[in-house]
Amino acid sequence: MTAPVNPKKLIKGAEHDWEVVIGMEIHAQVTSRSKLFSGASTEFGAEPNDHVSLVDAAMPGMLPVINEECVAQAVRTGLGLKAQINHRSVFDRKNYFYPDLPQGYQISQYKDPIVGEGEVVVDLLDGESITVGIERLHLEQDAGKSLHDQNPTQSFVDLNRSGVALMEIVSRPDLRSSEEARAYVTKLRTILRYLGTCDGDMEKGSLRADVNVSVRLPGQPLGTRCEIKNVNSIRFIGQAIESEARRQIAIIEDGGTIAQETRLYDPSKGETRSMRSKEEAHDYRYFPDPDLLPLEFDQAYVDALAEGLPELPDAKKARLIADFGLSPYDANVLVAERASADYYEAVAAKRDGKAAANWVINELFGRLNKEGLGIEATPVSADQLGQIIDLIGEGVISGKIAKDLFEIVWTEGGDPRAVVEARGMKQVTDTGAIEAAIDDIVAKNPDKVQQAKEKPTLLGWFVGQTMKATGGKANPAAVNALLKSKLGID
Amino acid sequence: MSVDEKTVRRIAHLARIAVADDEVAPLQGELNAILAFVEQLSAVDVTGVEAMTSVTPMAMKKRKDVVTDGGRAVDVVANAPETEDHYFLVPKVVE
Repeated sequence: MTAPVNPKKLIKGAEHDWEVVIGMEIHAQVTSRSKLFSGASTEFGAEPNDHVSLVDAAMPGMLPVINEECVAQAVRTGLGLKAQINHRSVFDRKNYFYPDLPQGYQISQYKDPIVGEGEVVVDLLDGESITVGIERLHLEQDAGKSLHDQNPTQSFVDLNRSGVALMEIVSRPDLRSSEEARAYVTKLRTILRYLGTCDGDMEKGSLRADVNVSVRLPGQPLGTRCEIKNVNSIRFIGQAIESEARRQIAIIEDGGTIAQETRLYDPSKGETRSMRSKEEAHDYRYFPDPDLLPLEFDQAYVDALAEGLPELPDAKKARLIADFGLSPYDANVLVAERASADYYEAVAAKRDGKAAANWVINELFGRLNKEGLGIEATPVSADQLGQIIDLIGEGVISGKIAKDLFEIVWTEGGDPRAVVEARGMKQVTDTGAIEAAIDDIVAKNPDKVQQAKEKPTLLGWFVGQTMKATGGKANPAAVNALLKSKLGID
Repeated sequence: MSVDEKTVRRIAHLARIAVADDEVAPLQGELNAILAFVEQLSAVDVTGVEAMTSVTPMAMKKRKDVVTDGGRAVDVVANAPETEDHYFLVPKVVE
């Protein structure tokens, strides 16, 4: 909140430069086999109402019984956000009517959430990093799903998602640009995936964001905010913020005022629109759920969960920088996914860390991106890539040949060392062979030899010819040195 | 604490209960009588007393994370006035 205003992040209006202030509520689906208060499955993609117990359908007399794993997952997440863990929390009923909410209320946590204040360190593209405050994390039930496009007069309701556990993670209004907001969600998603508490799959709705946006002149108090509901991709979060901030600026500069309201982002139009029907629904009349006792545990329980946590992205990044001498940028790229970092560490073990990072990030990730594959689907194993790097290190192949070798291993597989042997890809370091090739070229091109004496940049042409003559296998350093002495260039 | 006519209408609407105009005044009287009755509790000094949410000194029972239910879509939609392919059908609600 007190961070100095960065002029680069301001949005230009017709009259002034405006600061945009963003806070987020992220709904993250808890990774668990069964639902928060019932024994029905959480698995995605079942037949309509197949993963529904009579509790989820809110049949009379059904009582909720909490899933202990969902509690553990919330505590793990709280620990990952360096947050206060509350040893006592309370479930409340949030009352409203909607066809996909059969109970007529959502079981949520209001005054006493399971997790209190924490923080997330977010790395931005320019190498800067910001700390975003977490206000709270609470457990709640997801609602069912309504389909509106099946029939002109009716909506179809499927309760498979009804009662699945969600963690609502509320940030402080600490974000100042759409880039920061996108980076925050990306980082939060990475942390959740490391922890294994949410799969972060936005396409399946496992991670959804409500974005609170307001604008103000730098140094002024916070403006009136609008809440953009249910944005379901990181790209749309950025777009929604940009368009909403510009809408608000235009209204204020025209002499108008912002009405606090709930809005929806329409990606096809690239703009937000008002959800008028939700206006008066904001009286939720929360009260403690009489069906559930307070949720209580001791510090020993928290400590045991803390012990089982994996190394988290920030710690891993710091370690990669310290152990392998990586740049913060490279380290960030590698720790974005746990599987990427594991792969890198397997390649870098007992090798040059920077060379390993270059190969993993530039060659492997570049190729995976091109093919639209994730690291799990890589055809080149960490062991194979490690061998390729070893072959360069031993001087057996040049860096250029190594790229060809990578290509062969990618498409055909095989043991890199054996491939080099079988295909005669070994680098020629035998100066005699290189010398013979050079002598031949020099003899055939007396005019170029003459020119090169006056214009040393022509050396490049001779290097090219020599490499061509040796099938690209000549050691480039040896070629350079020999050519310089033959042509009399220093 | 007491409620006015407007509040009675608002509470009824939030609870989706249809209240006819001539029912509002009697309801307002009844609600205010209940509130006055409960208000007697404020005579008790509860300074420093922790709020009690349960009368039984027990910990909340928890369930293991295993799938024990589901696969009964027919039962789930059995009481619905209208269904199709095991979906509940309701009058169109759309934003």
